Amino acid sequence: MSMSRKIRLSRRGVMAGTAAAVGALGLPAIGGAQAAAVKVGIIHPVTGFVAYNGQQGRLGATMAVEDVNKAGGIKAMGGARLEALLGDSQSKVEVGVSEVEKMNEAGVAAYIGCFQSPVGIAASQAAAKYNTPFLIDVGASDLLVTRGLKNVFRLKPGFGACVDQGIAALGALNEAAGKPAKTAAIVHESGEFGTGTAKLLAGKLPSVGIEAKELIAHDNPTRNFDNVALRIRSMAPDLVIMSNYQNEYVLLARTLHQQKVNLAGLFSVLGGGFNYKFVKELPDVAQYMMDTNHWFNPKSDKAQALKKRVEAGGALFTFEVYLAYSSVMLLADALERAGSADKAKLTAALESSTFNAELMPYGPTKFVNGQNQGGRAAIMQALKGDIEVIAPADVASAKAVFPKPKFG
Amino acid sequence: MLDPAIIFAGVLNGLLAGGIYVLVAVGLTLIYGVLHIINFAHGSLLMLAMYAVFFLWRLLGIDPYVALPIVIAGSFAFGYVLYRGLIGRLSHGRDENILLITLGLAIVFDNVALLLFTGDSQTIDVAYAGTIVQVGAAFLPLPKIISFLAAIALCGVLGVVMARSQLGKAIRAVARERQGARLVGIDVEHVFAIAYGIGIACLGAAACLLMPTFYVSPTSGHAFVLIAFTTVVLGGMGSFVGAAAGGLIIGITESLGGLLLGEQLGQIGISLIFILILLLRPTGLFGVGR
Repeated sequence: MSMSRKIRLSRRGVMAGTAAAVGALGLPAIGGAQAAAVKVGIIHPVTGFVAYNGQQGRLGATMAVEDVNKAGGIKAMGGARLEALLGDSQSKVEVGVSEVEKMNEAGVAAYIGCFQSPVGIAASQAAAKYNTPFLIDVGASDLLVTRGLKNVFRLKPGFGACVDQGIAALGALNEAAGKPAKTAAIVHESGEFGTGTAKLLAGKLPSVGIEAKELIAHDNPTRNFDNVALRIRSMAPDLVIMSNYQNEYVLLARTLHQQKVNLAGLFSVLGGGFNYKFVKELPDVAQYMMDTNHWFNPKSDKAQALKKRVEAGGALFTFEVYLAYSSVMLLADALERAGSADKAKLTAALESSTFNAELMPYGPTKFVNGQNQGGRAAIMQALKGDIEVIAPADVASAKAVFPKPKFG
Repeated sequence: MLDPAIIFAGVLNGLLAGGIYVLVAVGLTLIYGVLHIINFAHGSLLMLAMYAVFFLWRLLGIDPYVALPIVIAGSFAFGYVLYRGLIGRLSHGRDENILLITLGLAIVFDNVALLLFTGDSQTIDVAYAGTIVQVGAAFLPLPKIISFLAAIALCGVLGVVMARSQLGKAIRAVARERQGARLVGIDVEHVFAIAYGIGIACLGAAACLLMPTFYVSPTSGHAFVLIAFTTVVLGGMGSFVGAAAGGLIIGITESLGGLLLGEQLGQIGISLIFILILLLRPTGLFGVGR
């Protein structure tokens, strides 16, 4: 008797067998694939007239994405990696908006950008159509967070808060020095950032006993500040307060120094060119200049470690780097708590965020209408080719020199 | 009402600013005014020359004024090769092709500079940058006085070369009647390339004279291009005296406009003068109609 077995292959059986085999062999792979990468749109002006700032922002953001992925991705999402989609706004509003649209097609979960306030305003408005969270890493205008858009979050303080902090510090300095400054001229770039900051400054300076004698607006780029220096000299204010982007900031400071305009102090709020490069390359020009700006917490080990990494790569540790880095970390934290890249859940997680911005001298994160209430700026002064923090007192590294010595 | 001393100082500041415009425009008046090449790469080539000055100073410690002959010679060679190798070859003698090629070159140069040097701006810190000459209420930086005098001298030299030398005659002949020049034995392509090279050499000089008081970034050349085109049209196409006069008029107008109307509205004066010149004297101040 022959032993024969008929093997019957039914369709259902094949399906079940395949499923079992895949279950045994392929499930981990399928599980890995399920933790799909979370796409993050990172938009900066890496070309155009503020390209340097944009490139610095991109550097910080991509380093953070790399760090999140190296640390195992978003654990609550099965180790999902962050995938950075890099966009260039070309320093133009319309290009920033088209990057948002393009990245929306690619399925981004959130955006980070845009350095320039006008680009950030338009780009975040475009992202609002899709209810996609938009994290402003750098962008000074308070319009960014006062339009009632639920998708916009800004970790850093806006120019309103920076102006308040800067004015208070300037008032305290002036008071302590016996009030040598009674008048100021404000020189600002003519865009949303410079004009907005200048108006706020002019309105608030009287509260510390300083009168804003004149507001001088200039275009970007400006070829020559000789006449501005001439007007300042004829006006003879005690202070010049600047609010401009990098190139014009440096050119104006250089012109005022070259023309030996005597002032009690040169002060800026969110001065675009006040950084290590300026202070080290033009130490005589920068000496005693003061700026209210975003600054890392010098007492944070993580900030110091990141500074070393950035400098080892040949770049400068400017505010764009650590603000973009912190914004990506804020997003990663929200993704962990949301456990999903779903836009509504992610927005809710951001709204209730208590993220610890370890690199910055901030208090606990708390968003009110998209603006973090825990953010604060620092007041710095260029002293002997270096940047020292002169306020707030808990992070200060040097005592301010005010008024500055006159030209001989 | 402003103090007359301040207005006088404003005029002097305007003259010095105009000197810079003359420097940038003088090369353009040769390329655009004489050869009728609309050189969209003018600003980008200025930027490259400024980087050359910057790196000569940074890497080899060569002062921008000492670098003048090196950068002028290098810029001439670069301009000559650029014309012979690319612009002349690809344009097939058609003006609209030249326009597109120079526009393309500008985009390439800007982005290569961005890639190699990043968008960061670079400055040169020389001891004499802070040296000031006081004239009344005006505090005039020495580097700007030097660049002003150099601009006037350069215009004079180029004017004489164009009027008196064999090369000048050849350039004028080629500009007037290309075919005729070829028939009398002039190597038209060579003369075009030399003229283009001289125009770029002028940018090299401008870069050396600008850097002690200005910065360089991949977009810094563009700040001067529109002004340079305006200067050339205002002064008269191909006229070196016109370029000098045009640059100085624009400098003074911009300066006084800025003082009286504010920095932003001050620019309106330039446009108004430009429109008036086009209405009343379309050939420009020193231009000759054909």
